[in-house]
Amino acid sequence: MNPNYELDPDEVAYNFGFLDEFAKREVRRAILKAIAIPGYQTPYASREMPMGRGFGTGGLQLTLALVGPDDRLKVIDQGSDDSVNAVNLRRFIELTCPGVDTTEATREATLIQSRHRIPEHPLGEDQVLVLQVPYPDPLVLVEPSERKRKAMHGEGDYSRLLTRLYEDIVQFEEITIAHRYPTRIAAHYVIDPSPIPRYDVPRLHHSPALILLGAGRERKIYAVPPYTDAVPLAFDDVPFRVEAFLDPDGVRRPCARCGATDTYLDEFLDAAGAKVYQCSDSHCCNERCLSGQQEGAR
Amino acid sequence: MRTILEVAGLSKIYGHGCPLCAEATGPDRDTNLCRHCGSVVAALDVDLRLHEGEILGIMGESGSGKSTLVRLLYFDEPPSRGTATWHDPALPPVDLFTLDAARQRRLRNHKFGMVYQNPHLGLNFNVSAGGNIAERLLMSDLANYGEIRGRARELLARTEVQLERMDESPRTFSGGMQQRVQIAKALATRPALLLLDEVTTGLDLSVQARILDLILEIQQELRTAMVVVTHDLGVIRLLAGRTIVMKYGRVIESGLTDQVLEDPQHAYTQRLVASSL
Repeated sequence: MNPNYELDPDEVAYNFGFLDEFAKREVRRAILKAIAIPGYQTPYASREMPMGRGFGTGGLQLTLALVGPDDRLKVIDQGSDDSVNAVNLRRFIELTCPGVDTTEATREATLIQSRHRIPEHPLGEDQVLVLQVPYPDPLVLVEPSERKRKAMHGEGDYSRLLTRLYEDIVQFEEITIAHRYPTRIAAHYVIDPSPIPRYDVPRLHHSPALILLGAGRERKIYAVPPYTDAVPLAFDDVPFRVEAFLDPDGVRRPCARCGATDTYLDEFLDAAGAKVYQCSDSHCCNERCLSGQQEGAR
Repeated sequence: MRTILEVAGLSKIYGHGCPLCAEATGPDRDTNLCRHCGSVVAALDVDLRLHEGEILGIMGESGSGKSTLVRLLYFDEPPSRGTATWHDPALPPVDLFTLDAARQRRLRNHKFGMVYQNPHLGLNFNVSAGGNIAERLLMSDLANYGEIRGRARELLARTEVQLERMDESPRTFSGGMQQRVQIAKALATRPALLLLDEVTTGLDLSVQARILDLILEIQQELRTAMVVVTHDLGVIRLLAGRTIVMKYGRVIESGLTDQVLEDPQHAYTQRLVASSL
């Protein structure tokens, strides 16, 4: 490196929130447009981030453009606050945004960045949920040409997505899309709600919290504004259903840790090779375990 | 009889086009390539009129602009100039080419049907035969799975596709069967106008005969107006009531099919009829 271009170590400093102010302003403008046109994929100039595309650069840019010193931030990956991606993103934000508090409690957070899950605890009006999105366009599965996809979005022509549902029902007698369920926002644009499971799709409908979705690699931002219709695509006589988590006897499986029967469950194998079901939202599960213990102690 | 489609001065020129194009091309010049500007004149000043429930034949050699004509009418490509007035009994007459894209798509999905020579253009091979028909029904705002499935089964039965193979991809079907699925798909919305572009070309004679029978039966049953494009005189003789003959983008002869085939006026038509006997 040219020595003249190297700054003294104490002069090297990031701008608050890593991105420069112009980049943040650009992202905020895209956010405003996305809120103004619910479900519309707003293009923006996705910046290079100090991490690979596909590790949540879109969500991170949204978070960095929104976060201020008064915010309390929660970062989740796969429902957990302690998975690798969540820990690293949280550490990066702590490093580049001095003064920002981080928390694991859904209730206390003002800004939540997530991938895969919407927290079990209902969000409030004073909260913003940022989702990391790998593929923003639901039509990409059925139409390779972007020009044609734009026309289809403009005309609200989603017949080919419904044809996919038809094919699914023909083959499996039910709709088997487990995540990225195409959802119609405010009766026009259909969005791909990031990799959240089917279970979380009803939470988009009339959510009090603002939900922002950012795709860094695909350079798109879109939004589900508060109290907006979000209706999953389905047929009149084959309605949308969420995962039931039934055991072979038709009984709802409980969480192996906290015993909850109203949460989204992850399936994994224990040391003996048996299937175990456990809450995907680790904070919610921990809280319930704790309150269960307290009740037991009384 | 009620006129449903009136085409006037329809032209398609591939390239820049110049004032001399019309003069430099055509049957008299024996080319459709303009020597002044290098444009290809695929169709020039085509006029035609289609009545309700009628089959109109378009005949001509390859490169005569007959396929271009139906592609223009199906909004696959925009024309260079000309009008096509669509008469819907419930609506005032409209020029198809001045409509916006969304309304063109609506007409295309609800009122028109197209069967291409190549099934790859008309069918989606990534979904099943039933799914192809469902796709077209879903475009026209039907949203009930049971109803869609029933309609698809009905249509495939009508076009004699084995129902056991309804949930297979048309990729695994024979050419004749693919063509029948295409016809079923085109008929799904009970269109007022069906465009058939060389539907029997490349099929063997017995399959050809069955497809032609099917087309005739459908025409008698649903009273669908059809435009049949072909270079096969036999198909024209069997199906079409009226025929137009095209060469180098121009209509060189038109009239009742029997009249055109028995007493051709233009030298080219005479040669065409003579060569097929």
